[in-house]
Amino acid sequence: MKPYGYVRATSVEEATAAHAARPGARYLAGGTNLVDLMKHGVEEPGTLVDVSRLPLDTVEELPDGGLRVGATVRNSDLAAHPLVRERYPVLSQALLAGASGQLRNIATTGGNLLQRTRCPYFQDTAMPCNKREPGTGCGALEGVHRDHAVLGHSPHCVATHPSDMAVALAALDATVHLHGPDGERTVPVTGFHRSPGDHPERDTVIRPGELITSVVLPAATAGLPSAYRKARDRASYAFALASVAAVLDLADDGTVRGVGLAFGGLAHRPWRARLAETALLGATPTDRAIAHAVEAELGLAQPLRDNAFKVPLAHNLACRVLSELAADRP
Amino acid sequence: MSAAHPPRDPAATDGAAGRSHDPAATGGDATRPHDPAAADRDDTRSRVTLQVNGAPRDLTVDHRATLLDVLREDLGLTGAKKGCDHGQCGACTVLVDGRRANSCLLLAVAQDGAEVITVEGLAAGGELHPVQQAFLDRDAFQCGYCTPGQLCSAVGVFAEAAAGHPSHVTDPARPAGRGPVELTREEIRERLSGNLCRCGAYPNIVAAVEDVTR
Ligand SMILES: Cc1cc2nc3c(=O)[nH]c(=O)nc-3n(C[C@H](O)[C@H](O)[C@H](O)COP(=O)(O)OP(=O)(O)OC[C@H]3O[C@@H](n4cnc5c(N)ncnc54)[C@H](O)[C@@H]3O)c2cc1C
Ligand code: SF4
Ligand code: FES
Ligand code: FES
Repeated sequence: MKPYGYVRATSVEEATAAHAARPGARYLAGGTNLVDLMKHGVEEPGTLVDVSRLPLDTVEELPDGGLRVGATVRNSDLAAHPLVRERYPVLSQALLAGASGQLRNIATTGGNLLQRTRCPYFQDTAMPCNKREPGTGCGALEGVHRDHAVLGHSPHCVATHPSDMAVALAALDATVHLHGPDGERTVPVTGFHRSPGDHPERDTVIRPGELITSVVLPAATAGLPSAYRKARDRASYAFALASVAAVLDLADDGTVRGVGLAFGGLAHRPWRARLAETALLGATPTDRAIAHAVEAELGLAQPLRDNAFKVPLAHNLACRVLSELAADRP
Repeated sequence: MSAAHPPRDPAATDGAAGRSHDPAATGGDATRPHDPAAADRDDTRSRVTLQVNGAPRDLTVDHRATLLDVLREDLGLTGAKKGCDHGQCGACTVLVDGRRANSCLLLAVAQDGAEVITVEGLAAGGELHPVQQAFLDRDAFQCGYCTPGQLCSAVGVFAEAAAGHPSHVTDPARPAGRGPVELTREEIRERLSGNLCRCGAYPNIVAAVEDVTR
């Protein structure tokens, strides 16, 4: 590992200024992904700008009933926050399905959103990988890709985004708040992560030097029945093969008034299932209607040689979660 | 760096013996003797103060050094083990400001001012922590490599459950923060899943932790 500088920022402005002033600067939050990638030689920062002590570590109730989650709130604290547990159960469940107790104590909201793929070719600098080194090819395309994408991939990259939290945030219509050299802006979580296309080296739409300051959970999805379910190779402490986050709003007559459905483990981004949602809106969520809707979405799947199993797995997870939410109504 | 820190065989009980001291192999010394003047001149090192097992320790750390390296190499506290060095095994678990954390992924420089408790600091006044005693009573180890991490993790789990923090297996309808969560076997297994045991001593580890909660 090459030697590097270290600066501890005490304000958002100081952080972005320090980042802009130093070549090869990287923000350091919990470090559970960044330090790991530095050990692999995938990341070689010139300077670490430590943002972990910025005063962005609170969960605030907004006047409209939404919640503002600071970028440095730890994953464990967010999952255990009484208002999150009560109003956005899918988020608490997704966080608790990720990593381990000790990792969640370190990992932050901002870092979780920006964690890189777990593709083994990406993590191994001896391997070809367009995401790590554009133009070198994709090792996974014809290689080991059982864990890789079935939706929205390109010949340039078939990686998945590993976050559980982001899948819940996508289903909840959360927004990401950014502070950068050009000021503040807000991006919906569903538009934050990219599909790989011709530029797999860009995971998200974040601009150079931009800092995530918070994530806002909207009032519109507060208190709605919601749930997260994750399938993995072992019962705990493993990344998702496939996962589902669902938010279901039923009208008094039992028809679907609103629905947010997102898949994890299937794509380069949390995959918001718009086709399935459209099929469900206004319908009575019978098992049949749910299965049809989910099929409409997963009909888009283009599995690779060794990961076709993910399609029925995701299908069953989604049907199960949606029908449980539909049955649960008071 | 992955070549410089090969995954350690958990069966080797003495973690200290396995680390190379050749600076070339580790990409430069992780840390150097305390030299405040040099640290001020050099933007690759910084001075930090850590409270380790109750005692303040002033150190000059290379920015690349992890908390695990500093504990083991500079402070001679070899209880926390380097299993994977990538957050995947839990052998390096210590308590930082009262919360369990993987010390292999924490940069020492970023922990300035933190209170760190390692397995060496769990026993108070010569008396074993109840979970240490329970591990002995239940024979909750074979080689012992994962044990310091298991113990620190368990101490963290007790605090988290007492504070009402839910886990993946807690009833989703249960609100957070309202009274302690009961540590059933299922809860213990889930909450300790970040600590792997290569010897498979899990049944006795769970039993030992369960003993403490009774
Ligand atoms: C063994 C292991 C298992 C895991 N299992 C899971 C799992 O099952 N599910 C899951 O979802 N995750 C899992 N994770 C990943 C973990 O959730 C992430 O590593 C963590 O959330 C990253 O947060 P951090 O604060 O540590 O980020 P860091 O490592 O500090 O940062 C990650 C990236 O985000 C950037 N960054 C951080 N904060 C900001 C900010 N505020 N603004 C702009 N940029 C920022 C950094 O520059 C860096 O590029 C696992 C990790 C490990 C090591
Ligand atoms: S799938 Fe993406 S991250 Fe993996 S090797 Fe191919 S280009 Fe790299
Ligand atoms: S050494 Fe394996 S998690 Fe830290
Ligand atoms: S690894 Fe040997 S006792 Fe756990």
